[in-house]
Amino acid sequence: MSKTGKTGLSRRRVLEGGAALVAGAVAMPAYLRAQGAAIKIGILQPVTGALAFDGAQGQIGAVAAIKAINDKGGIKSLGGAKLEMVFGDARSTPEGGTAEVERMAAEGVVAIVGGFASPICLAATQAASRYDLGYIVDVGVSDQIVSRGLTNTFRFAPGFGIVTKSALDNLVTINDAAGKPARTVVLVHEDGLFGSGLAKLMQAELPKRGFEILDTIAHPTPARDMSNVALQIRSKNPDLIIPSSYYGEFVLLARTMQQQKIKPKGIFCVLNGAASNYRFVKEFPEAAQNVMDCNHWYDPRNAVAQALKKEVEASGKFFTYNVALNYSGVLLLADAIERAASADRKAIVAALASSTFAGHIMPYGPTQFVGGQNTGAAPVNTQVQDNDIKVIFPASFADAKPVFPVPA
Amino acid sequence: MTSLDILAAAVLNGLMSGAVYALIAVGLTLVYGVLHIINFAHGAILSAAMFAAYLAFQAGVDPYVAMVPLALIFFGLGYGLQRLVIGPASHGDDRNILLITLGLSIVIENLLLAVFNSDTRTVDVAYGFSTLDLGFTFLALPRAAAFGVSCLVAVLLWILLAQTDTGKAIRAVAKEKLGASLAGIDVAHIYAVTFGLGAACLAIAACLLLPTYYVHPRVGNAYVLVAFTIVVLGGMGSIPGAIAGGLFVGVVESLSGLMFGESLGQLGIFVIFILVLLIRPTGLFGAKA
Repeated sequence: MSKTGKTGLSRRRVLEGGAALVAGAVAMPAYLRAQGAAIKIGILQPVTGALAFDGAQGQIGAVAAIKAINDKGGIKSLGGAKLEMVFGDARSTPEGGTAEVERMAAEGVVAIVGGFASPICLAATQAASRYDLGYIVDVGVSDQIVSRGLTNTFRFAPGFGIVTKSALDNLVTINDAAGKPARTVVLVHEDGLFGSGLAKLMQAELPKRGFEILDTIAHPTPARDMSNVALQIRSKNPDLIIPSSYYGEFVLLARTMQQQKIKPKGIFCVLNGAASNYRFVKEFPEAAQNVMDCNHWYDPRNAVAQALKKEVEASGKFFTYNVALNYSGVLLLADAIERAASADRKAIVAALASSTFAGHIMPYGPTQFVGGQNTGAAPVNTQVQDNDIKVIFPASFADAKPVFPVPA
Repeated sequence: MTSLDILAAAVLNGLMSGAVYALIAVGLTLVYGVLHIINFAHGAILSAAMFAAYLAFQAGVDPYVAMVPLALIFFGLGYGLQRLVIGPASHGDDRNILLITLGLSIVIENLLLAVFNSDTRTVDVAYGFSTLDLGFTFLALPRAAAFGVSCLVAVLLWILLAQTDTGKAIRAVAKEKLGASLAGIDVAHIYAVTFGLGAACLAIAACLLLPTYYVHPRVGNAYVLVAFTIVVLGGMGSIPGAIAGGLFVGVVESLSGLMFGESLGQLGIFVIFILVLLIRPTGLFGAKA
């Protein structure tokens, strides 16, 4: 202790004092938070790479929700603590998503929302589970995401299974109501996990419901040309075309079909990248007219959703389902933090698991998680009508009636 | 519709696509033939050219009208890129050029991403849905135009190389760089002219694609792999090879897509590609090394 200075404070003394201060801070988190320390939440989206468009859309929704919560006074049970976004770019790859989850965990986020694509969600949720981080999946439709027994993973939106079942039920209902004009079908799908999986389900289920599948046409992504697909469709002349493709390919297909004067009785999409996208409707009103889609969608009668749509469109962006889903996902998380009255990761996971949150902007009932899947979630059927995207099914959320069969 | 009709329509589709492939491959093969480098930025420059055509359309200029001005602008850009960036940075080593073009492609793609976002954009031109009724199929006018212009550009390029002094200089540099420079040819200038010609071909291809295709920052990648295949198939550095290879690949892709499904359309290309490499490693029109 020879280094005691003139002040009489040894280095050890200073260290002890510092340690005591730190210990005090750890022991009194509630006291600190009562002063409104910000709560960090992770927002993970692919904003570069192949999925950058969708990621940017998701980010818009998350940012809007955080702003809305903070404007309303933050998390009240934590003394009005504000939410602070820690953004991570998943770079359109599972590795990118995992790396960002690690970083977010190190930066002290309490939970994460987002992911968009199934492969990113699969990897990111697993990484988050290592840190007891609650993870709300925004889109990721692969049902594998919620079937691995990860207790930290919550999918707010419907998955593949629910969407295809609803799509088939809706299709049968719409067809029956019109006097069964459609009997024959051609399936067009992209050849990845999403399109092929969907086509397989359709091939198994459609014949059971009285439809005859004339042909199943797979195409790659990106596809440079859809002329041959259109040729094959024309030679089969089906009543109904069911395409499952990403944005660019569906736009190509719809345009080529219009060029080749192919006019089926209906185009019924499932989780299609373009049919529920205002850009497609705006740029190709004629090709888009009357295209139906079973997909994620906001509740068109919800006042908050309408206001958000106006706000997003005023900023020159399109109001896609990613915006609404991420907006709702962040609200769901804020509600869980509010009820947990704690920024403890495990407490938030427990609060999410018991959530009955109904203040979202989706056409869902109250939230209820079973094995990580929100059983209140359901897709809707939309149809492009008069340069707008309308909800035609289920009737309780619909703002238009289906136009089927499409007038020649 | 009989199966013969479908077959004929598929061959026609293949020729239409193949002509544009050929145009993109011509730019690539020209740069290879003269500079002896693979230009990895080819796809990114195509994306940039498509965005330029898109911007022109937004400003009220039809893609077909914008074709010649854009070709000139991209010639200038390509010239500048080689003269001011690639050439000086390579320090005379071909391997450096490879890496520089790879780096350029990343820079260009991400610049496009930063400026335009990754939104998929399309243009709606009045003639976008016009077709010629050929009886057995409807031929989309923009695709027929793309075929015609691609062939015209190929002929013009061939005349340029065969008849003009610049063309002769390009061929001289391609054959023997040192000898050409001893004969008084400015090699750096010819390199840059060649790179500029390659970029101009891309600008023309971009204007031909835009009326029927979409554009986003990574769109060039969809075309550049097939262009690489065509260049090797036709013979590295051979312009007739690129044109014949492009048309051939277009038809093979279309027919094998029809027979084995669109996903396997590429299969036909690569089977033939491997066969050609096995039997004639210099490519269809390539000179023996």
